[in-house]
Amino acid sequence: MGAEAIVVFFIAGLVFVGGGAIAAKLLSPKSTNPDKWEPYESGMKTIGSTWVQFKVGYFLIAILFLIFDVETIFLIPWAVAMKKVGIVAFVEIVIFIVILGLGLLYAYKKRAFKWE
Amino acid sequence: MYDFTGLIQGINKWLHSILPAVAADVVGWILIAAAFLGLFAILGLVLVLAERKIAAFFQLRLGPNRIGPWGIFQTVADAIKLLLKEPVGTNRADSFLYNLAPYFVIIAALMSMSVLPFAKGLHAYDIDIGVFFVIAMSSLGVMGILLGGWASNNKYALLGAMRSGAQMISYELSVGLSILTIVLLSGSLRMSDIVASQSDYWFIFKGHIPAWIAFMIFIIAGTAETNRTPFDLTEAESELGAGFHTEYSGLKFAFFFLSEFVNMFIIAAMGAILFFGGWMPLHIGGWDGFNHVMDFIPPIFWFFGKVSFLIFLIMWFRWTFPRLRIDQLLTLEWKYLLPMNLANILLMAFIVLMGWHL
Repeated sequence: MGAEAIVVFFIAGLVFVGGGAIAAKLLSPKSTNPDKWEPYESGMKTIGSTWVQFKVGYFLIAILFLIFDVETIFLIPWAVAMKKVGIVAFVEIVIFIVILGLGLLYAYKKRAFKWE
Repeated sequence: MYDFTGLIQGINKWLHSILPAVAADVVGWILIAAAFLGLFAILGLVLVLAERKIAAFFQLRLGPNRIGPWGIFQTVADAIKLLLKEPVGTNRADSFLYNLAPYFVIIAALMSMSVLPFAKGLHAYDIDIGVFFVIAMSSLGVMGILLGGWASNNKYALLGAMRSGAQMISYELSVGLSILTIVLLSGSLRMSDIVASQSDYWFIFKGHIPAWIAFMIFIIAGTAETNRTPFDLTEAESELGAGFHTEYSGLKFAFFFLSEFVNMFIIAAMGAILFFGGWMPLHIGGWDGFNHVMDFIPPIFWFFGKVSFLIFLIMWFRWTFPRLRIDQLLTLEWKYLLPMNLANILLMAFIVLMGWHL
């Protein structure tokens, strides 16, 4: 199978979930009790809105992830070519990872990993 | 000895001989898709049962034992029950995104399964960026969880989804970097090349100490990536109800549950392929008799044996370590695993440079 596998598996997933959802809709019983459709909150009615401002720490982690994930993308072609290129690749990656490590150190000093 | 290439080509040829070319292709695709969906469902059923039986074993209980001998049809009964349940949700949800979320998690899991080699010549798509593709798909799965948790309009679900987002993206870095350490040894991202280059020794032996460190980081980060205990803050039954899938019930819940177990299989399969030689048998240099006996065991058994061992390891973690707090979780990743991983890559690069790997 060639690249069409991606499309085939995508469609297979759609059919699997969609078919399951339709089958469940046809087979399952229905009842209409308004309280059943309230958000689950351990028996209490929900107070206020759910979609509120959230702790900024999560977004900080997301930004850090973005930086380091892009660095990983740069590392992948290097890892594939390392065996063929040899000493030049090694020296370059030492410089690259030292810079990356300095970035990590900076984030650490700025207390980005402190959860407070 | 055991090569599936001929068999697959034979089936393909036979289809082409009885049908016109386009129809034969389409029938072939449907067959492959059906085989993988079957494997998907069977994996879900078997792994849920294994989880419960192993949990029972660790707690000196019997576990499910009513339906069928040793309760082996328990999960089949559960699946039928989930299908027949009324899907109770919430009328305050963002219904489009709420219904979309299960598609994300299932399709991401299915697509990353499509590139795994199960034995020689037995894979759906031997993509040249195989390892990278699996990493990409696993980050797509996070989106399903975030969507589901956010769209539910439930405070527990939102908390679970946000924690899950922070956790899964953080540990994705460690999974990616520990995989890179092994890519250094193989010099290729293609799964079949990675397996083929381990035909003499597995990478965990070839790579010396850095490979062991990479494996430990991989299995820790993989456990976190699949949201399993001790990293199951996403669900955290004792504090969040059910976490991001609080508002899902019936079959929609089953999809999340299924994808969690299939993701565990994918992580274990990746571990087996990268570190333990995939379907390659165990060879010890100089022991020809031993090597011949090992060659005699079909590769598919080697593959599933290694995968089952790693899955057992992950299930074992669940009953050994208590759950981490979110700040401990992020400290572990950003202050320990990530710097260790970067240093480990340099060490492995040095070993490859000096030619010390076998």
